[in-house]
Amino acid sequence: MNLSTAIEHKHNTETDSNFRPLKLSGLEPLVITPESNFVNVGERTNVAGSRKFLRLIKEEKFDEALAIARDQVEGGAQIIDINMDDGLIDGKEAMVNFLNLIVSEPDISRVPIMIDSSKWEIIEAGLQVVQGKCVVNSISLKEGEEEFLLHAKKIKRYGAAVIVMAFDEVGQADNYDRRIEIAQRSYDLLVKKVNFPPEDIIFDLNIFPVATGMDEHRKNAIDFIEATRWVKENLPYVSVSGGVSNISFSFRGNNTVREAMHSVFLYHAIQAGMNIGIVNPTMLQVYDDIPKDLLEHVEDVMLDRRDDSTERLLEFAETVKNNKSEKNKVDLSWREEALQDRITRALVKGIDTYILEDVEEARQQSEKPIQVIEGHLMTGMNVVGDLFGSGKMFLPQVVKSARVMKKAVAYLLPYIEEEKLKNPPSEDEKSGAGKILMATVKGDVHDIGKNIVSVVLACNNYEIIDLGVMVPPEKIIAEAKDQQVDIIGLSGLITPSLDEMVFLAKEMQRQDFEVPLLIGGATTSKAHTAVKIDAEYQHAVVHVNDASRAVTVVGNLLQKETATKYKTDLKLDYAEFREKFLSRTKKKEYLTIAEARENKFQIDWKAEDIIQPHQLGVQVIEDFELNKLKEFIDWTPFFRSWDLHGKFPEILEDEVVGQQATNLFEDAEKMLTEIIQQQQLKAKAVFGLFPANTVEDDDISVQDPETSAEIIRFRTLRQQLKKYKGKPNFALADFIAPKETEIQDYIGCFCVTTGFGTQELANEFEKNLDDYNSIMVKALADRLAEAFAEYLHWQVRTQNWGYAKDENLSNAELIKESYKGIRPAPGYPACPDHLEKLSIWKLLSVEENIGVKLTESLAMWPAASVSGYYFAHPEARYFGLGKVKPDQVEDFAKRKGITYQEAEKWLSPNLA
Amino acid sequence: MSKLKELLTQKILVLDGAMGTMLQRYQFSEEDFQGERFKNWEIPVKGNNDLLSLTQPKAIAEVHKKYFEAGADIVETNTFSGTTIAMADYKMEHLVDELNYESARIAKEVAQKVTLENPEKPRFVAGAMGPTNKTASISPDVNNPGFRAISFDELRIAYKQQALALLKGGVDILLVETVFDTLNAKAALFAIEEIKEEQQIDIPVMLSGTITDASGRTLSGQTAEAFLISVSHIPLLSVGFNCALGAKQLTPHLEVLANRTSAGVSAYPNAGLPNAFGEYDETPKEMASQIEEYLQKNLVNIIGGCCGTTPEHIKAIANVAAKYSPRKLEAPQLI
Repeated sequence: MNLSTAIEHKHNTETDSNFRPLKLSGLEPLVITPESNFVNVGERTNVAGSRKFLRLIKEEKFDEALAIARDQVEGGAQIIDINMDDGLIDGKEAMVNFLNLIVSEPDISRVPIMIDSSKWEIIEAGLQVVQGKCVVNSISLKEGEEEFLLHAKKIKRYGAAVIVMAFDEVGQADNYDRRIEIAQRSYDLLVKKVNFPPEDIIFDLNIFPVATGMDEHRKNAIDFIEATRWVKENLPYVSVSGGVSNISFSFRGNNTVREAMHSVFLYHAIQAGMNIGIVNPTMLQVYDDIPKDLLEHVEDVMLDRRDDSTERLLEFAETVKNNKSEKNKVDLSWREEALQDRITRALVKGIDTYILEDVEEARQQSEKPIQVIEGHLMTGMNVVGDLFGSGKMFLPQVVKSARVMKKAVAYLLPYIEEEKLKNPPSEDEKSGAGKILMATVKGDVHDIGKNIVSVVLACNNYEIIDLGVMVPPEKIIAEAKDQQVDIIGLSGLITPSLDEMVFLAKEMQRQDFEVPLLIGGATTSKAHTAVKIDAEYQHAVVHVNDASRAVTVVGNLLQKETATKYKTDLKLDYAEFREKFLSRTKKKEYLTIAEARENKFQIDWKAEDIIQPHQLGVQVIEDFELNKLKEFIDWTPFFRSWDLHGKFPEILEDEVVGQQATNLFEDAEKMLTEIIQQQQLKAKAVFGLFPANTVEDDDISVQDPETSAEIIRFRTLRQQLKKYKGKPNFALADFIAPKETEIQDYIGCFCVTTGFGTQELANEFEKNLDDYNSIMVKALADRLAEAFAEYLHWQVRTQNWGYAKDENLSNAELIKESYKGIRPAPGYPACPDHLEKLSIWKLLSVEENIGVKLTESLAMWPAASVSGYYFAHPEARYFGLGKVKPDQVEDFAKRKGITYQEAEKWLSPNLA
Repeated sequence: MSKLKELLTQKILVLDGAMGTMLQRYQFSEEDFQGERFKNWEIPVKGNNDLLSLTQPKAIAEVHKKYFEAGADIVETNTFSGTTIAMADYKMEHLVDELNYESARIAKEVAQKVTLENPEKPRFVAGAMGPTNKTASISPDVNNPGFRAISFDELRIAYKQQALALLKGGVDILLVETVFDTLNAKAALFAIEEIKEEQQIDIPVMLSGTITDASGRTLSGQTAEAFLISVSHIPLLSVGFNCALGAKQLTPHLEVLANRTSAGVSAYPNAGLPNAFGEYDETPKEMASQIEEYLQKNLVNIIGGCCGTTPEHIKAIANVAAKYSPRKLEAPQLI
């Protein structure tokens, strides 16, 4: 039953275009016009009126107390009255606490709040914590005009409407004349002295019990109704309200009669103009459904139609039983739905009442308790995420969902612990769990996403250190160090937060952090993360925008056996993404070569950072022992050359290609052993180390070790793409000390080959139509050449040059290029110009020394050969040249002494 | 009040654009922010734009001047974070009086100069009162929904201090802006009412909220209409929205206000929505054409720009605004 059907008759005022409606607000508006239905105020969150509510507040069972408020709103209350006036509780504290809690419940706080107290300090404290336009219940002239006006002024300033009781210095109005006298006086004072908006005035004209047996109470209802009529006709725009249950006070215990009395009273009062009432909607009978005899008896009392009406009603009341027990009006049909639907609904609606029983049901259906989190609950939270993303939920609702989630998880935790005892996690699983720091960055208050991710991660056994919102970078850094966290997660919603994240990444880099950085929040994107954050931090950075993905990402990052590979892949993925993104950005801007040189990479040159090579000049290695190269092989590209994609050795276990990869690997190892044993391939190398300095920005002048005269110049190319502020435009020349520093620097170059013999072997196989082994031998030769380059670089670093004597790296670390210095190869991203090979060939007499030739198109022959430079400075790094502009091509041609057309031909893939 | 309110019925008033976007162009370093006076301040102050009123006053005056030249009738003081609450981040709470006073003085000086050059077009200064960095109705701790990081009284006191200093510095209007939590704004309005009573003065007040969620609500969860109802208890020169959204996205929310208030309606949206890098890239032309739609629909009385807007944007907006008459203040109210 709802009130509008109980009260079919509305107050009937002529429609007035200047009418000033009473407007209230919670999260949503409530506008009360003459056309509005009667507004019912929920009254059960009142310690004076509800013993249950009083007990809950006393026992601080706020969850249950909130449930009462929610029931009222769901049951149709358009305003909720909250009263904490009880001698045994601290009313002010209870009011503030409870209102703060209500404000956090969007399904309750969507309606306006009536702050109900006889103590001004409680009312004022309440007004200070509610953002919407409330109703104060109540003020009156009881303590005189001064206090009345003072309070009214403050109420106006706080932006609330007010209930004015028909009460003055003399006492409570208990008849028609006193009611209208006090109402008139109060109205005049408010409107004229305080400029109080008349539409924000609500009169409570005192509803007193009827049928008490005392003669002076006989007219209580009729006086109220008539006074209401007078007020509405004479005091423009005001509302009239009252506590309806008072009227039936003498029939406590007989709900049938009480319900009929409420309906009858309202029926007449509403016609007279009462438009708001404090009513328990479950204590109301539909007026037309009241049995005729009962109706007649009740109306006799209400309207004081007979002298003996009270006696007659009392007598009649004995004959009507309490036959109504249907109490709870909340629609619970959703409880019949499927389990997942129920859990999803609970999360979306933020209802925690049944979540524990539903979670228990889910737990019993699941193999492991953790699956309830990963399955049922995450499914629900994903729906929440989608609704929020599409604007169908708003922030406070999402916070509620997170709380239900938390409650569900808290319930599951002991089971998860128990499960762990029963099936202890393996060492690896144990070490996989770690500490994760979570923070919303400085200047940002948004933390829902962060909290959801935290909750979900905590459910997966990670220890979460949540620093909250608006966390300054210093604090994040300090806490991360202090607590030795394994991962840092940053969140933010507003756009300035993006810069904060970049800043933090820089700080982490500056302070030599190594822990992975997670980025999340509404404005974050993979593009921003890849382009702006990942570029600032050498270690893993991952953009994670939903909680379910966070679990897998964190798992991958922290599991010992997968972490290294995962992080390497991430870095590659983000670098690739970044390049793609930048290359398709329309706004790509280039610097002139002069500007690019201005923005070169600056190394703080110090003589002590530069190690003089032990052996300068050219050295040749003839017929190197192939066996030594085996352990330096990076197998991953080998599989790639067979179109099998995946990292070695994991690829051998891969679900799809694992078997094929394993077979291939067995064949490869067999052939490799044969090649090594029978020395079918020849490994040769030539390398040289020379004094060198950078001259004229982009050239490297290589000097004769004996005479110091220049023997050759390497011409390097410089990045021209306009970078973000603070990012340099690299050229390889930046890694060698410029002449002007007067610091003697050094450079190396090399060529290795394992190609001699390859063609012969391949021809052998091809003759037997064995293409498989023909490809195999070429692929292996390529791998050996790369391995040789790796080996030689290591030799040079640790011995011949000797700048990294104490280096002790595993093969995996070598592949990851963890060593100091670089060996870029002409034709590759840092120096795409193949022409430079000619310089290397000249400098090292490559062809004469080891027989490797350059073809017309400057490819090396045999193919299984590698050549390049050595740069030793710790700041030297790999980079991609990117596109160059005609001004650099022209400059380059001039420096090299070739025509523009020729330079253009060789640089064509890099022309912008 | 009368002069401004009168103007409001005669023409659409143009507000300035972003201060922050313009200050970024100067690329001030930490040292520039510190100036001589705050050399070696115990914590970095780069990013404390309000401080620039003390350390780089010329730049601030220059930005105001550019906006006036672009056609703005009103500029906002450089005081978005000028409360003890927001300044606590930089341990500069004690500077709040001076920051607001100086910012107001700088803006007023420019306004008077420009007015003198062209008395036909009087220029005004609005004292900007930002939302602070704390929310009075939202708990920062998800596990403790009843907790609040700031109280109404703390906000009221902080806002009162700011407003007094702004008025002393000569502002013509107080602008409570970028309201993400209505309770914060109510504390500011409360403080302003106290000042009005204590000093027996009338101060035109502009109020501007922010719709942050895709659901069309404020951060604290209110719909546009509920927000309007919650702040309508004191007389406002204008009520409106700024920031968070571009001109296009703001339209439906402005319609709600325009149909329901007898105060002026203001709008100063961002230059579109941020792209993947958080940059605002709507051009002046694009933005002005969106805003022309407001004018055609008769939605606003005061129009300007927020994040990402520049004097070029304001110029384009001012040109469009000059072609239309303002929304009628006694517009029929929807209820």
